[in-house]
Formats: sequence, structure tokens, C-alpha cells
Amino acid sequence: MKIAVCAKQIPDPATPYELDPTTHFVVRPNDQVLDDTDRYGIEVGLQLAAAAEDATVTVFSMSPSGSLQGIRQALAMGADKAVVVDDETLRGADALTTARILSAAIEREGFDVVIAGTESTDGYAGVVPQQMAELLAVPSLTFARKIEHTDEGLRIERQTSSGYDVVIAELPVLISVTSGAVEPRYPTFKGIMQAKSKPVDTLTAADLGVSIEANQQIKAVEPVPAREAGVIVTDEGDAFERIVEALEQAKVI
Amino acid sequence: MGFLIFADATGDGLAGSALELLTKARDLGDVSVFLVGPATVDRAALGEHGAAAIHHLATDEGLPSAQATAAIAALVVEQQPEAVLFGMGYLDRDVAGRLSARLDAPVLSNAVDIARDGDGLVVTNEILGGTRRVLTSASKAPAVVVTRPKAFPAEPGAATTPAVHQVDMPDVGHAGEVRVVERHVEQSEGPDLEEADVIVSGGRGLGDASKFEMMEELAGLLSGAVGATRAVVDAGWVPYALQVGQTGKTVKPSVYIACGISGAMQHVVGMKDSSTIIAINKDPDAPIFALSDLGVVGDVNKVVPALIEALRSRA
Repeated sequence: MKIAVCAKQIPDPATPYELDPTTHFVVRPNDQVLDDTDRYGIEVGLQLAAAAEDATVTVFSMSPSGSLQGIRQALAMGADKAVVVDDETLRGADALTTARILSAAIEREGFDVVIAGTESTDGYAGVVPQQMAELLAVPSLTFARKIEHTDEGLRIERQTSSGYDVVIAELPVLISVTSGAVEPRYPTFKGIMQAKSKPVDTLTAADLGVSIEANQQIKAVEPVPAREAGVIVTDEGDAFERIVEALEQAKVI
Repeated sequence: MGFLIFADATGDGLAGSALELLTKARDLGDVSVFLVGPATVDRAALGEHGAAAIHHLATDEGLPSAQATAAIAALVVEQQPEAVLFGMGYLDRDVAGRLSARLDAPVLSNAVDIARDGDGLVVTNEILGGTRRVLTSASKAPAVVVTRPKAFPAEPGAATTPAVHQVDMPDVGHAGEVRVVERHVEQSEGPDLEEADVIVSGGRGLGDASKFEMMEELAGLLSGAVGATRAVVDAGWVPYALQVGQTGKTVKPSVYIACGISGAMQHVVGMKDSSTIIAINKDPDAPIFALSDLGVVGDVNKVVPALIEALRSRA
């Protein structure tokens, strides 16, 4: 079974993000980290591979790759190899371009299951998995919080606004995995050492035959007016009274 | 020209986003609706909010995202709308993504406004956790726009008796072979999180899952609902249905009480437009205090019980 897991390197979310004043793209340092939400998809891929015979897990990523430190994190968890599409023309690529690149790279390698997070932490357009499913002409089992490989195909619990549905589709299939779906493993020391020698193929958009076009035009970027900060009090045992007053002012009690 | 609005009725009735989008779009041009859901669903609200026509893909089962996509794509070719508008619901996002790929059309996600200028349609999206606003124009029609919940309040108006066109279920082959075999509802007591006037929300700072009993008690005294951050949902303390934030629900209550919540971007996006925000956190540097009307620096496990006691004695 060939398992493709999509992953993204992002600027460390603990640091403030900056936009390039000319291009309006997020400034990406050379050292980026693996998007935390992708660790769940990688874990799901590793678990599906462990339960199957002769399975490979390949990580697919599109970004200015820099030091590849985030991709090495994914390999250290246990993925077999990585395919990185790194190309100056892809800077600031929109969701559809991202989906076209990733789908083309995945199709080139062949796949039975494609796994993605539901949205990246930095851009959060939240539609790339579905775009890929359409481009790859496969069913999309989205917002999965539990995943099993059964005789009938992949069986997932799909998040709904009021609970969950149990949904089944046969392979080949794409799933998008919610954060919290599984407990992602921590890389072991051995895993970290092995990751250094695992193969990472680097491709360009041209290698994949994907032409890049600007689908949208940014007209302006402006700061959202911040909320005015209110009163801060330190609790000395009586702060609850201030909360009661605030609730009275808001007329909810 | 005009707009095509996606309306999901496959869950519990008609999703509210369609009425919000109708309210916004009817001032910008003609609006038609693409409705997915049971044949029996009540369509009256769509006409009351200005829908000129309804294209109804009637289905009782399954997860028809690929089929709905194919049907909308055919309609787009026929009607040439300026934009196809979606909410952020799960089926909305499935169909929006697929439609964008099928039409080779850009997706403008996290939209909070739609307007028109000399160049055409301009969509405003919030990025970086809602701290910046980007004004984008799509280079080609139709744009596929995914809007944030509650960006536009739904108000009836421009009432019509829309023509209803039944849409045949397209055959899309393997991509459409998805079976829904069970449906589960995880309902909590009290008002619905998205409708509640008061929300009491808990984060990691509470310490452990058992503290959510305290959240429920406080919410009960205020006739409110309980919410949670992604961190505690991921940790399995409470069901996902309670999650407020980018990957959860967007709420705008009169009062939002954030208990042991630091104020990560992912959470703030879902609650920053609440009328009054009250935060209790032991870390004076927690980002949540920057947007709080009242911030209490203190131990949530002392402040909340004292508050509960005070509210009880008033009752």
C-alpha cells in the first residue's frame, strides 16, 4: 500500500509572523518547523502502514524548503521518504496551485491513500485536501477523527457540527485528519539519526508539468483595528465581585 | 451574472450560512441557491431572504460532495455567475474545494466581506489569526468564496417566491462512492453554543478535565453554553462540538468568559467579536488580556468557585 502524507513547513508559530511589504507574502525563514497539525496525519499514515503488508509512507511538501528541518521532523517520526517541490515561482502560491502541485507529485509516485491535515496553521485556507481529491478523482473522507482500514475500505468517523458520522469509501481515497485524531508519536533518537539519511527528492513545478498562474490579485493589506484593552485586576479574593458587576453591566444577570 | 449560493440541508435542517450569504449578496446582484438536502426540507426561508431561484439536489443519504460539485459546475457553465459563495460548514468546504479544482477557479477563504469596485468583485479575508485584512480581487470569474460564519447577520428581505428546479444526481464514478453508515449526535445540555447569549469557555489552565463540571455549573447559572479551546478538545477533555476557534465554532455572544485560556490565535479568531470578554488567567502576560474588557489575573480554580457562590446567593 502506498500512503502519501501531505505536510507543510511553516515559520515557528510561537514567533510573530511578518508580511513582505511588497509581495504581501508571509516572510519564511530558512529554518521552518513542521506544522503541528501535520503530525496527526503522519501518525495516521504510520499506523495504516503498520497494519498493512508492504506499505510505504511518503511525505509530500510544497514550499521554499530551506533547511528541510520540518521535513526531517516528519521523517524522524518514521516516514520512509519525502518529495519536496521547491521552486521560486511557487512563492505565495494560492491554495489551488498548492493542490495542483501536490496532486501532480503524488500521482507521479502512485498512491492508494492520500492523507492531509484539515488546514495549515499559517494560511488556513482549509480547502487544499478537497481540491486534491477532485484533481485525483478520488472520494474525500474529510474531517476524520478516527480512521480504520477494513475489508470494505477506509472507515472513518467524520466530524459534524453536532457529533460525527461513520463514513466508508474504497481505495484509492483521500482523507483529511483533524487535530487530536490520534496521539502523534515523538521521534526517537534512532528515528532522528535515520531521518538524516532518508531520501528527499526535490522537484520543481516544471518537473511536474504544472504551469503557475496568478489566480488572484492582492489589492491591499491592512491591520484589523485591535479591540481596546479593558481593565485588568489581580485577584485578592474579591475579583469575583468585579465579574458580577461586569455581568450586570452586560445585562445577562 | 449574479451569485450562486451553496445551501447545506444534509444535517439538522438548513444551515444558517445560506441566509447570511443571501442577505449580503442580494444587494450586489441576482442570487440563486444551490440546495443539497432531503426533498422534504423547508425551503421557505430561502425565498424570504431574496433567493430568485433554487436548484435542489434532493438526497437523503451519503456525503454527496463530488456529485454536488459536478452539478454546480454544470450550472456555472450555464449561468456564468460572478461568484459561488459558501459558508465554512464541512460540506461547504468539501464542495468549495472540489469546485475550485474542477473549474480551475481561485478560492478566497476566510472571507468577511464582499464588495464591488471598478475592477469587479473585491473580497476581504482575514489572515494571521484575524489581525490583518487582505482585499483580493479574483482574476477570473467565477470566484469561489468561503465566508466566515456570522460575517453578515441574516435578515429577511427582498422576498420572492423562487422557482424551484430539481437537479438530477450526477454520476461521478469512484469519487462519489462514499457511504454514510451511521450518524451520531453528541448533544450537550443548555443552549446551543453558536446561539448562546453567554459562553463559559475553558482551556488548559483549568488543570484537568474534571474542572469542566465547574464550567457547566457556571454556564447553567448564567443560562449559557460551555465552550472549549482546541488544546483541551485535543486532550480529550470535552467533545469537539464544544470547540471555539479557527477549527471549531465562531461565536459572538453578549458575554464570553474565558477561563484558563491563554488566547492563542487559533482560539481568538472564533470569539474575538463577542460583545464583552471576561478573562481569568494566572499569567498576567497571557494574550487573552489584550482583548478582554475585564481581565482577572488569578487562579481560575479560586475565582470561578467564588463567582458561582455569589451567583447562587443571588438566585
